[in-house]
Amino acid sequence: MNLVKLTIDGQQVEVEKGTTIYKAAKQLGIDIPVLCYMDLHGMNIENKPGGCRICVVEVEGRRNLAPSCSTNVDEGMVVRTSSMRVINARRTVLEFILSDHPKECLSCAKSGHCELQDLAVKLGVREIPYQDTAEMSTYQKDYSPSIIRDMDKCVMCRRCETMCNDVQTVGALFAVNRGFEAVVAPAFEMDLQKSTCTYCGQCVAVCPTGALTEVDHTPSVIRALADPSKTVIVQTAPAVRAALGEEFGMEPGNLVTGQMAAALRRLGFNFVFDTDFAADLTIMEEGTELLGRLTKHLEGDKNVKLPILTSCCPGWVNFFEAQFPDMIDIPSTARSPQQMFGAIAKTYFADKIGVKREDLVVVSIMPCVAKKYESERDEFKVDGNPDVDFALTTRELAHLIKQANMDIKTLPEEDFDSPMGESTGASVIFGVTGGVIEAATRTAYEVFTKKKLEKVEFQQLRGLEGIRAAKVDFNGLELNIGIAHGLGNARKLLEDIRAGKSEFHAIEIMACPGGCIGGGGQPLHHGDSSILKKRAAALYREDDGKAIRKSHENPAIAELYEKFLGTPMSEKAHHLLHTHYASKQTVIHEKED
Amino acid sequence: MSGYTIELKKTDLDTLRDVCKSFNNDPGELINVLHKAQSIFGYLPAEIQEVVAKELNISVAKVYGVVTFYSFFTMKPKGKFPISICTGTACYVRGADKVLEEFKRVLKLEVGETAQDGKFSLSCLRCVGACGLAPVVMVGEKTYGRVSPDEVRKIIEEYDGL
Repeated sequence: MNLVKLTIDGQQVEVEKGTTIYKAAKQLGIDIPVLCYMDLHGMNIENKPGGCRICVVEVEGRRNLAPSCSTNVDEGMVVRTSSMRVINARRTVLEFILSDHPKECLSCAKSGHCELQDLAVKLGVREIPYQDTAEMSTYQKDYSPSIIRDMDKCVMCRRCETMCNDVQTVGALFAVNRGFEAVVAPAFEMDLQKSTCTYCGQCVAVCPTGALTEVDHTPSVIRALADPSKTVIVQTAPAVRAALGEEFGMEPGNLVTGQMAAALRRLGFNFVFDTDFAADLTIMEEGTELLGRLTKHLEGDKNVKLPILTSCCPGWVNFFEAQFPDMIDIPSTARSPQQMFGAIAKTYFADKIGVKREDLVVVSIMPCVAKKYESERDEFKVDGNPDVDFALTTRELAHLIKQANMDIKTLPEEDFDSPMGESTGASVIFGVTGGVIEAATRTAYEVFTKKKLEKVEFQQLRGLEGIRAAKVDFNGLELNIGIAHGLGNARKLLEDIRAGKSEFHAIEIMACPGGCIGGGGQPLHHGDSSILKKRAAALYREDDGKAIRKSHENPAIAELYEKFLGTPMSEKAHHLLHTHYASKQTVIHEKED
Repeated sequence: MSGYTIELKKTDLDTLRDVCKSFNNDPGELINVLHKAQSIFGYLPAEIQEVVAKELNISVAKVYGVVTFYSFFTMKPKGKFPISICTGTACYVRGADKVLEEFKRVLKLEVGETAQDGKFSLSCLRCVGACGLAPVVMVGEKTYGRVSPDEVRKIIEEYDGL
């Protein structure tokens, strides 16, 4: 290892060659303010275009100030991070940025979570000297079902571009134009809705300002709750309970399942249910489909498609529809838990409580922004009425709870309602990468081998490596399982399948790094993988504490099949719980000359 | 998100694919590919960018980003005789702005526009490296030096009937 010695603010420090001044300072506990810089250390992704110049420092012997995020240390370097020259330069840079930024902080969706606002506070900005003379760029707001782009608020940090291209390989966003016109946009500045965007929301999760935000469904939910003619029910995805507490100042990794149920009940939801119930249902359908394909494959059927891919994640579904349309017959046809819940709620449950479909409002709480789009897909509507009416992110739920003057920390723990609140440990781990396939394995093992699974934990399926491969012994039959999280990793597995190089029988894919615990709708984790680990541990803890840990043993699910669906993959189950996919790729059509 | 269809003539498509292939479909050659494509087609409409993206296996958003970053690239067809007025520092201080205004007035065109009949288009460029001749105007490949506003009409008339 090649070490370099330098002095920062009078303190000596020794760091590896190639380290940036910003990171060297951090070792001394000096936190240089940044704006465009983003370090997703858990994913080995750094965004350091060095463009915003907020992180400038003074380097002795250099004429100009240096951007510390993208300047490497040198032997004997003498750096000052807080001289008057530096402080003045930073404030001036910020004033320039603010000269082309709307001043509507009071009503901005990011207010209170905005890094530009935080910087203005930190650097003591009290006036914006250039605002009357400067040109202001103006862009039309771009509304998609999941994400709003308000490019007047874009500061060209290009973090979203890094997430969209380097991490997710979606390629929907790129920096376009120059000068005042410069902005991050889809090709030809078309609406996001027309582009290859998957709505994974990782751009929203890293945007420092209000330029990228989720579509806010809370006003619609409040209206529904206030309408006495509506019965409003709610479902909560597994990953939400492991992160919601963070919005209320709790340490990452605290489970707030009971408090969340209490909050939702106090908000006025008539029934507080759990998406976990539908996750168990997903396992019944997807697991049966997996075993069906596997059995045919073992019998030598050459037409059967393997590997089977999971289909719970709407960002992932959008990804393969847009970028791998030649492979749309490989993923499972099982709907996601959110949609299975909606379909059962508006049929079986609505009948049970004697409420008409149109008077039942289904709200979901999701760690995800793509779930908003998913709920609006035509396949999931009956005569225009969606199975799931509104999908709120974890962050939106936190806002709603705060608006109602409640604090998750001081609420009592309450249970979910019956029957759609009953769930198993298998369904809870749906929220973390590897969890869906582990849940499926628990059930598939027992159904396939007709033996009792003694140890339900499959450690080989767990972890945060981007791509994982594991073998599971099905009583002599070795099953090869692949796992990918983050769409860039998913792409690699898909390209292997396309090239005929894949040995996997089943693959689980989640669009967001870490799985749903790192979803685009979760409290911001700023790329800190230790937070993801704590959220994952919380879900495994909840699984561990459950009396029933295999989906097929959920009594409410057994009753649902007995009284309503018949068997997994039955005609009724097909109609309500399965879906189909369609290519969304841009087609190049050859015209005759 | 929803896919859409673009249309391109088969011969154009083949030409474009050959251009990409001549650069080994290497994404690192994007600028060269666009340069060549523009020299063949005269401009880079969305359809061409879609095909280039597909052939080089990069996102069309990136292609568009590059096209809009470099002022050399254009998404609008240029005129048969593209007129470029240098507004670099030397030309500017010698009155290029007045020359530009005169071209705009006579041709009834804004910068970046092409005439309805497709004959002329108007654009600005930054320094052609002939500062001694400032202010400089280019029509196609032909260079005019020390241009004054009252010579503008004469330059345009040279292309009458062509």
